[in-house]
Amino acid sequence: MKQTKVFIPTYASDISGACSALYELGGMSVMHDASGCMSTYATHDEPRWYGSDSMVFISGLTDMEAIMGDDEKLVSEIAETAEELSPKFISINGSPIPMMIGTDFPAIAAEVEKKTGIPSFGLPTNGMHSYLNGINMAFKALAERFVKTPAAGAKGGLTANIIGLTPLDFSLNGNAESVKEWLSGNGIKVISSWAMGSSLNDIVRSAQASVNLVVSYGGIAAAKALKEKFGTPYVVGIPYGRRFSGKLLSDLKTASGTGKSIVSYVTGEGSKEADAAVIGEIVSAGSIAYAVYAETGRPADVICPLECSREFMPAGSIAAAEEDEIAECLGHYHTVIADPLYRPVCPHGCRLVPLPHIAFSGRMFQENIPNLTADFYSFLNKI
Amino acid sequence: MLKQIHGECGIQPACVAVRDAKFPKPFLQQPGLEFSSPARGVWNIVHIGMLLPQAHLIFVCPEGCLRGVVQTADEMNASGRLSTIDVRENNVLEGNIEKMMVDGVSDIIGKLPQKPPAVLIYASCTHHFIGCDLTVVYKALGKKFPDIAFGDCYMNPIMRKTGLTPEQLMRRQLYKLLQPREFDTKSVNIIGNCNRTDESSELVRLIRESGYGLKDIVLCKTYGEYLKMAESPLNITMLPIAHAAGVALQRRLSQKHVYLPLSYLYKDIEDNLNRLSDILHVPERNYSKNIAHAESSLHKAKKIIGNCPVAIDYTATPRPLSLARLLCEHGFAVARIYADEFSGEEKDDFLWLKEHCPEIEVCAVTDPRMRVAPNCTDGKVLAVGQKAAYFTGTDNFVNMVEGGGMYGFDGISRLAGLMADAFLHEKDTRKLIQIKGLGCNCCL
Repeated sequence: MKQTKVFIPTYASDISGACSALYELGGMSVMHDASGCMSTYATHDEPRWYGSDSMVFISGLTDMEAIMGDDEKLVSEIAETAEELSPKFISINGSPIPMMIGTDFPAIAAEVEKKTGIPSFGLPTNGMHSYLNGINMAFKALAERFVKTPAAGAKGGLTANIIGLTPLDFSLNGNAESVKEWLSGNGIKVISSWAMGSSLNDIVRSAQASVNLVVSYGGIAAAKALKEKFGTPYVVGIPYGRRFSGKLLSDLKTASGTGKSIVSYVTGEGSKEADAAVIGEIVSAGSIAYAVYAETGRPADVICPLECSREFMPAGSIAAAEEDEIAECLGHYHTVIADPLYRPVCPHGCRLVPLPHIAFSGRMFQENIPNLTADFYSFLNKI
Repeated sequence: MLKQIHGECGIQPACVAVRDAKFPKPFLQQPGLEFSSPARGVWNIVHIGMLLPQAHLIFVCPEGCLRGVVQTADEMNASGRLSTIDVRENNVLEGNIEKMMVDGVSDIIGKLPQKPPAVLIYASCTHHFIGCDLTVVYKALGKKFPDIAFGDCYMNPIMRKTGLTPEQLMRRQLYKLLQPREFDTKSVNIIGNCNRTDESSELVRLIRESGYGLKDIVLCKTYGEYLKMAESPLNITMLPIAHAAGVALQRRLSQKHVYLPLSYLYKDIEDNLNRLSDILHVPERNYSKNIAHAESSLHKAKKIIGNCPVAIDYTATPRPLSLARLLCEHGFAVARIYADEFSGEEKDDFLWLKEHCPEIEVCAVTDPRMRVAPNCTDGKVLAVGQKAAYFTGTDNFVNMVEGGGMYGFDGISRLAGLMADAFLHEKDTRKLIQIKGLGCNCCL
C-alpha cells in the first residue's frame, strides 16, 4: 500500500473532529500539538471560528518538551488558562507526536481535574484517523461523563436526541436545524442535539429521550454508550426525501417502542445493479442512496472512504479509503454523487453531481452545500 | 487613546503599555496555551514552495498535518502541483518509513501527467522523532529519477524553538536546488521575499539604473529561470526570516550575501542604499528628493487620518516598532501594536517608543485571553495589518504582509498613501483576512 494521494485531498482529521464536536458546549479543548493542527482546524474545518469565543487552544508542544516528557508544564498551562477563562469542562486532545511518545491523556486529564476542579477528559486523537474518530471519541466522553440518569417521571412520550451533528458533515446551511424541525414537526420532542444548537445542560438531560437519532457515523459511539448505560435505542439515518423520511419516522417509533436499534438505510435486501454511486460519510451517503432509490427507483451504490463498521453499510456498498481503490471502483458508474474534489478520480465521461462536504473540501464550496433535509428534490433533479 | 469595549465576561485583552513592556518579549508572563486568530494572509510553507516554477510538492505526514497543506494548494487552484503520502501508525511502529517514502514518491511521479524538473519533499515531525534516514531516501530517489532534482523541505513545527523556524528553513531550502554556475557580474538577486519588491523603490532602481539585471524567484516563470539565479554573485535579503537563506547560499555557492533590513527610519534606509552602492561599485546617490516625497506623503496622510488611533501588527511588517516610531514622529496617533515578541533589530525603536510614547499598548496575539476579548473598539481605528484589523474589529485597514514589497523612502510614500486610502474606504475585513497567502491565487 503506497498511501499516496496524487489528485484528491485528505479528510479532516480526528483532532478537528473532536474539537468540532465540543465547540458549542462552553468547554475548553486543548490540542496537544506543536502548531499546525490549530490553524488547519480554525481555517478549514471550523466555519464557526471567526469572531466566536469558543475556547480551542494549542499547547505549542516543542521537541524538548516531547523528549523530556514534560507533562507537568502542560498541566500547569491548562490550569492557568482554565482559571482565567472558567470553562465548563476541559478536553485534552492528542496529535501525532504525543501518540509516538505514549502520552497518557487520561492521566493528564485527571491531574488537570484535580488541580482545577473542572471536569476534564483526555481524548487519544493522533492525527492519523479521520474526523469521525474524533467526533466519536468526544461524544462518547460526553455520554459517559455528563449524561445523568433521569429523575423518575422525567421520561415520557416520544422524545429524541440528535447525535452526530457537526459543521464538518452538516455545514452551517440550516440542515442541522431542519433535522430538528423535522422531528418536532412529526411530534417528536427534541431533548438535545449533539452538538449544534444545544447547551451542555441539554446534553446532560439526554437520557430523558426515548430514542436517539444518529445522523453521522461520528455519533455512533455515543449512541452505543447511551444504549448500554440507559438502554436508549438508536436509529441511524438522515431525513432526506419524503419516502425515506417516512421510513425513518416509522423506525424511530418502532425503536422507541421496542428498544431495538435500527439502521434505517440498511434494508437487508441484496445489492442491485447500479449505474450511480454516492461517495461520502456512510450515514449521509447511505441515506442519500436510499432516498434516491425510494423516490426514483434508481439504485445507487455507496462508496465509503472513511471509517465504518460493516453493520452500518448497506448491501453492495464498498469501503475504499485509498485513492487508487476509489478510482478503480468508480470505473463503471455513469453518475457519481460526491464532493467536487473527487472529480480527478472519476472516469472519463462520468457525470459528477457535486455535493460539497466541509470535511473534505473545507470552505471551498461551502456556499453551495444544499440543505437536503429541507429540500431534497432540487438536488434529486440534478441526479 | 483606543478603548476596548469590554464584554460581559470582563476579561481584558492581554496588553501592556510600552513603558512597562520588556524586550524582546514584552509580557512578563509568556502564555502557555496559544490561540490562533483567523487572519491568514501570511504565506505558509506551501505558498513558498509553490514559488519554485514547475516543481511538484510532496508532503509526507500524518493525515492531520496533510489536511492544511492540501487545502492550501486546493484554494490556490494548484492541487495538480501537490500530492501527499500519508504516514500511519504502522509506519511509526514498523520502521518502514524510508521505503514507504521512496515507493510513495515513485508512485506519485509515475502518475503525474508530466514529469516535473524538480520535486520538493516535505518531511514532518514524525520523521525526526523516529529517526528516519532521509539521506537514504534522497539517494534512492536520485538513482531512480536522475533527471529530477529533489529538494528536502520540512514541516516540523515541533522544532520551531530549536534552530531555524519552519518559515526560515523553508526560505533557505527553496534555493537549495541552485547549483554553481559561472557568475554574471552584472546580475543581482533579491531572495527570501514572497512579495515582489516595488520597481519604484530606490533599491530596485539603484540596481537597474546601475546596469545590473535583477533576479527574484517571484519573477521566475520557469525552472530554468530559477536555476539562472545561481549566476548572480550577489544575494540581497531584507527580511529577518530570509537571512538564513542568504547565509547558506554564500557558503554553498560563494554568492555574496548582503542583508539590507527593511526599516522605516530614514538613516537606516540611506545607510542600506549607500551600502548597496558601495557593493555595486557605483557612486552614492542623493536621496533628499526621495525623503521630501516621503515627508510630503506622510503629511498628506496625516491630514486625512488626523488623530484616528492606529494599530499595527507584526505580520504587516517585520518592523512594527520601526513603523510605529516613524508614524509617531509624524504626529500619527499610534495606539496599539500587536506582537508576542519583537525582532532583536527593533531594540532602538523600542527604547525610543518607551521614552517618547510610553502609553502605546503592546497587545499579545496568541494569548488565550485574546480569544474572549471582544473584537471591537469604541471608535474608528485604522489598522495596518490583518491581525490588527481582526482584534480591533475595524474595516479600515491596510491589507499587507511582510512589508508588502514596499521598501525605502518610496515604500514609506506608498504605505502612507495606502493608510490614507484605508482610512477613507472600508474593506470587507472578514472576507479578506481569511484568505490564505495574500497575493497568491485564491478560488474563494
